[in-house]
Amino acid sequence: MANPHLREPVAVRWLLRVVAIGYVFMLVAWPTSLIARNTFADGMTGLRTALDDPIVQHSLQMTAIVALSAVVINTVFGVGISLLLVRYDFPGKRVLSALIDLPMSVSPIVVGLALLLVYSGSYGWFGQGLEEAGIQVVFATPGMVMATVFVALPLVIREVVPVLHEIGDEQEQAARSLGANAVQTFRRITLPSIKWAVVYGVVLSLARSLGEYGAVKVVSGNIAHQTQTATLVVEQKYQNFEQTTAYSTAFLLAAAAVLCLVVVSVLRPKEEKS
Amino acid sequence: MSIEITKVGKRFGDFVALDDVSVDIPTGQLTALLGPSGGGKSTLLRIIAGLETADSGSVRIEGTEATHLPPQKRNVGFVFQHYAAFKHMTVAKNVAFGLEIRKRPKDEVQRRVAELLDLVHLSQFAHRLPSQLSGGQRQRMALARALAVEPNVLLLDEPFGALDAKVRKELRDWLRRLHDEVHVTTVFVTHDQEEALEVADKIVVINDGRIEQIGTPDELYDKPGNDFVMSFLGPVTTLDGHLVRPHDIDLSDDDKVAGSVPGVITRLVRIGFEVRLHVRTDNEPDVLVTMTRTHARGLEAGSKVWLVPTKGARTVPTLDRREPAAAG
Repeated sequence: MANPHLREPVAVRWLLRVVAIGYVFMLVAWPTSLIARNTFADGMTGLRTALDDPIVQHSLQMTAIVALSAVVINTVFGVGISLLLVRYDFPGKRVLSALIDLPMSVSPIVVGLALLLVYSGSYGWFGQGLEEAGIQVVFATPGMVMATVFVALPLVIREVVPVLHEIGDEQEQAARSLGANAVQTFRRITLPSIKWAVVYGVVLSLARSLGEYGAVKVVSGNIAHQTQTATLVVEQKYQNFEQTTAYSTAFLLAAAAVLCLVVVSVLRPKEEKS
Repeated sequence: MSIEITKVGKRFGDFVALDDVSVDIPTGQLTALLGPSGGGKSTLLRIIAGLETADSGSVRIEGTEATHLPPQKRNVGFVFQHYAAFKHMTVAKNVAFGLEIRKRPKDEVQRRVAELLDLVHLSQFAHRLPSQLSGGQRQRMALARALAVEPNVLLLDEPFGALDAKVRKELRDWLRRLHDEVHVTTVFVTHDQEEALEVADKIVVINDGRIEQIGTPDELYDKPGNDFVMSFLGPVTTLDGHLVRPHDIDLSDDDKVAGSVPGVITRLVRIGFEVRLHVRTDNEPDVLVTMTRTHARGLEAGSKVWLVPTKGARTVPTLDRREPAAAG
């Protein structure tokens, strides 16, 4: 603990607490809890109505497919790129590192438009060629996965890179000198050391991917029963005055994200004690 | 010869870490690479291990050309200054790592791990994690882990550098005794001349990417090839344009000895049995003389004295290198 003599006076401490708690409450906790309240305003009827709606059912399925694919891709590439950034020197490394942060600063809607420009069947750079080869990217699942991968790209990398820096490469060198090849070293030494960073990155990516709206809306075309994800359904139902369904679906999305965070915080302390 | 290093060069950008270094390291001995930080000794060790690649030159280990072999194919054991313990594995698992990678049968692995833990006195800690060990214990674990694979050569990079003085001394003794038991060709890097003199069979002094001298501890101490080696291996002082060890100076209160240099004692410090005298002569800086308490009796600041190197003492002219370009 901090030295008691260095602490602020009691009044200041209380003021800081009240401000911090009030801020988070007004901005995050209260609005989110209202979603839950509206969802359960009529008991379980709201949720049941939403889950019986085939449009909602299909959209939840789409969200699951898109989010899980994006998370798998981002995990594999995220860990790979992190290793590349931390363990190797190459020309253009700083440019790559800066590019990885781009999805954080660019609006998802811009990402969606950018992907259209490249992969659109009618005017994209690759789109026509791909379409002739029978691969539909835009207005289909691949495009939606790509958009989601794009927006969630930095999350795994930004979790893993600092941990890789911190553990250094001596353990890996020791493993190599003991006869382990690159794959064995990664599996037995590197991966266990960065495990929790990867888990955190995955959870954050999953939460981000479940909630993606702008980029997916542009590239999916927002076609009900086909390319509509849960977030798109929430917006559509809300516009169509089906408030209860909108709130219920929104609640499901929020619940999934909260569940991810809870699972991790339950798992993590156990691991550290052993 | 166990390790033959021929004309090895290595640069990091503009910095020359190793400049055309050639050295042979004999089988079964304990060799120290001694030198100041940044002198290239760790780089040389890492090149032997394959953790760094040489820009030029070649490395042979046990007669096998190893210059371009990846580290896992060299069969060397490497011990790091900061232990490089596998933090998520128990002590036993750490030691077993190399054997498991080599897919040795389970019972053999178990037996060998037990043997090695016994050798490094860590048997009772087999199921602990490295974080539950002290620094000295971690380093012994690292040593057992490196020895487990029966390496052709054992390489230690400042192995005791991160430990406190007392543990360092203990481990130093212990390493020497261990080496006498195991006889594996061992090379260790150190910047501590006392450590090198005490433990090594042979010392290679490296400075500025070049080898200054190679020899046994006695040879280096008694017959330093130049002023660098002389001053690196122990305290020196300058008397009449020559480097000489402070305890190799005779002091008298008259000028009867031929060639003795007159001076005045400016400071007298007693540290236990030892007395350190600072004597001002005509040349800067003051000459440092060390002697025992008994010999210094009766001397005090202000006394006029005459100094001369003890008969048979090694001296090296100080102007060896500082002469600007005249030598080249």
